[in-house]
Amino acid sequence: MTKHETDEETGIDTTGHEWDGIKELNNPLPRWWLWCLYLTIIWGVGYMIAYPAWPMISGATKGVLGYSTRGEVAAEIDRFEAQNADLRASLTEIDLGVLKDNPDLQRFAYANGAAVFRTNCSQCHGSGAAGALGYPNLLDDDWLWGGAIQDIALSIDHGIRNETDADAHWSQMPAYGEVLSSDEIDNAVQYVMQLAGSDFDVEMANAGAVIFDEQCSACHGADGKGDRDVGAPNLTDAIWLYGSDIAAVTETVTNARFGVMPAWGQRLTRSDINAVAAYVHGLGGGE
Amino acid sequence: MSENQPLYAPQVPIFPRRVTGYFRTLKWWIMAVTLGIYYITPWVRWDRGPALPDQAVLVDLAGRRFYFLWIEIWPHEFYFVAGLLIMAGLGLFLFTSALGRVWCGYACPQTVWTDLFILVERWIEGDRNKRVRLWNADWTLHKWRLRLTKWIVWLLISIATGGAWVFYFTDAPTLLRDLISFDAHAAAYGTIAALTATTFIFGGFMREQVCIYMCPWPRIQGAMMDDDTLTVGYREWRGEPRAKKRLEDTGDCIDCMACVNVCPMGIDIRDGQQMECITCALCIDACDDIMDKIGKPRGLIDYLALSDEPQERAGQAPKPVLKHILRPRTILYTALWSLIGFGLVFALFIRAEIDLTVAAVRNPTFITLSDGSIRNTYILRLRNKHGEPREFRLSLSSDEILRIDVEGAQTHIVTVAPDSSTQQRVYVTARPQDAAAQQDHTDLRFWVEDVISGERAFRDSSFDGKDTK
Repeated sequence: MTKHETDEETGIDTTGHEWDGIKELNNPLPRWWLWCLYLTIIWGVGYMIAYPAWPMISGATKGVLGYSTRGEVAAEIDRFEAQNADLRASLTEIDLGVLKDNPDLQRFAYANGAAVFRTNCSQCHGSGAAGALGYPNLLDDDWLWGGAIQDIALSIDHGIRNETDADAHWSQMPAYGEVLSSDEIDNAVQYVMQLAGSDFDVEMANAGAVIFDEQCSACHGADGKGDRDVGAPNLTDAIWLYGSDIAAVTETVTNARFGVMPAWGQRLTRSDINAVAAYVHGLGGGE
Repeated sequence: MSENQPLYAPQVPIFPRRVTGYFRTLKWWIMAVTLGIYYITPWVRWDRGPALPDQAVLVDLAGRRFYFLWIEIWPHEFYFVAGLLIMAGLGLFLFTSALGRVWCGYACPQTVWTDLFILVERWIEGDRNKRVRLWNADWTLHKWRLRLTKWIVWLLISIATGGAWVFYFTDAPTLLRDLISFDAHAAAYGTIAALTATTFIFGGFMREQVCIYMCPWPRIQGAMMDDDTLTVGYREWRGEPRAKKRLEDTGDCIDCMACVNVCPMGIDIRDGQQMECITCALCIDACDDIMDKIGKPRGLIDYLALSDEPQERAGQAPKPVLKHILRPRTILYTALWSLIGFGLVFALFIRAEIDLTVAAVRNPTFITLSDGSIRNTYILRLRNKHGEPREFRLSLSSDEILRIDVEGAQTHIVTVAPDSSTQQRVYVTARPQDAAAQQDHTDLRFWVEDVISGERAFRDSSFDGKDTK
């Protein structure tokens, strides 16, 4: 049984609750405060009915409004897609050579291309497009198959040495281990070192020059500067896809290399290909 | 002892009586000025040129800009707003430690709008006694007419209040046209509806309940007040024992209840300092009026400092007001307040109209070009705060030989649109034979120069060579 009494010090009634001699003064809350509490309860019940609330065994109750955060994201994506529909249509049809004359479209292509690149290209070429051993660096000024924006788009569209696309860039360096003796290969490698401006053995290189002229110059050119029609790399520059030391070059000559890239035209839309081509072209190496 | 005291108390209606006097006049002026500032400010125009809005005070949330007369704040300069908020806080501390809850009594929107609503109430329903009678009356046609008239006027004021708020966030004349033709954004209508509702409910019905139960300030203010704080009080030693009938040993208080009847908070100041008191000082006016009538000196209720009580009881003069106000606490608050104020003004004067930030691309740290040169990439953000497009000339300075190139351009000139910023990818290249290409890192400084005005800005960064660890 609770016992109300009046506190002498303050003149305020107690609630009658007592714990070890400690009593509680009754300073009543305003009644509207209680109404607010009831309102929040009613609101809470309504909210549970309207929105997803109760966890069940598989998922939660859906709520009569059918709201979901995923649905909201999907709606937002649709809204942006609709907003960008015109830009996307222009990007599908544009001649890439004149993209730079349309700054708004170029900005859209860069942003869109960056996303496409991160999703599809970064696995091999790296998130910063710096490539890796065997996967070309897209930031520099050396291009196997051409660095104009249309060339880049073509490489992306059809891929490299890719049998699923008849228009893919195709070339095959012979594995000279089956053609030349290892001495001949060593000599040829010394000549490549000379072309590249590295340290080399003069005698071996002179002998190698003859072999190079016979075996290699058809693709890499008499001056060793390569040929983009067949994706033959320039051997006189500082950029080496598979390494520039003697061992790496010897390995390349002996067993050849065969870098493959998928034909992205089979997976991406024309506008995405144009976008990612514009993005790669704008990374610093574009011609 | 009461057996059935409720745990929840109903709101006791308060019917403040009309009062005249020094403080009431002061409060009318403050009300006119503060409400005037609030309602009129969005309509003041300020010419900033064709590319920028011409509203003197505009918080452009969508465009991330804040315009205040000639000052334009960008998001990265938000410290100005932070500084102003700190100054507002310190200012509140200063005034509270000097003059008690002077903010609550004179300037708080809750007080000002409640005052306005009571004024309307008095116009329509009459003064205190009439309002008490009306409150107790049955719901006749007469009562309905008065109540509905009052509520409609309150509602109109509330709509104007909520309406004025949204004008601060977009061009006011355009928004007004859109609002009237129902073309405005749903957020504008929603904001007006919410603020109309709060103004109507807080000013019309909640009133003192907001101050007593909802506002945290009454609970915090005690920390800023001390015995020297001047606050509204009752000279109990002069007034007591109070009596309606004048006898030899009675005090000056004739227990006329004037101070209680005018109080918007419904309290009796003679009970001493209490949390409910917002120090609106209307009881001072009410009591002074009575003291004049009964031929006693004014100031039975007055702005008092607790520390004066012993002298006053002893019949001596209190300390001068200035001595109460000037004390270490208030001087410290003033010093801090001024320090931040001067800092902000200084920052305002030294900030540049053009600016850049540099983000060095470190994925990868550097690349080798076909001729063996080493190249680093940087993303520059160029800001043009002018109201017209500007051409920025980019350059760099360094102890070593380095070359700068701009992505997609043959020149080093980048055009930046008016009042906006743009990102520009730039390349810095070291020839293979130069030191910068070989060593770990080389300091460099990017410069931008406004081609027209010659104004310059710089940012330091570094160049990573082949030897990068």
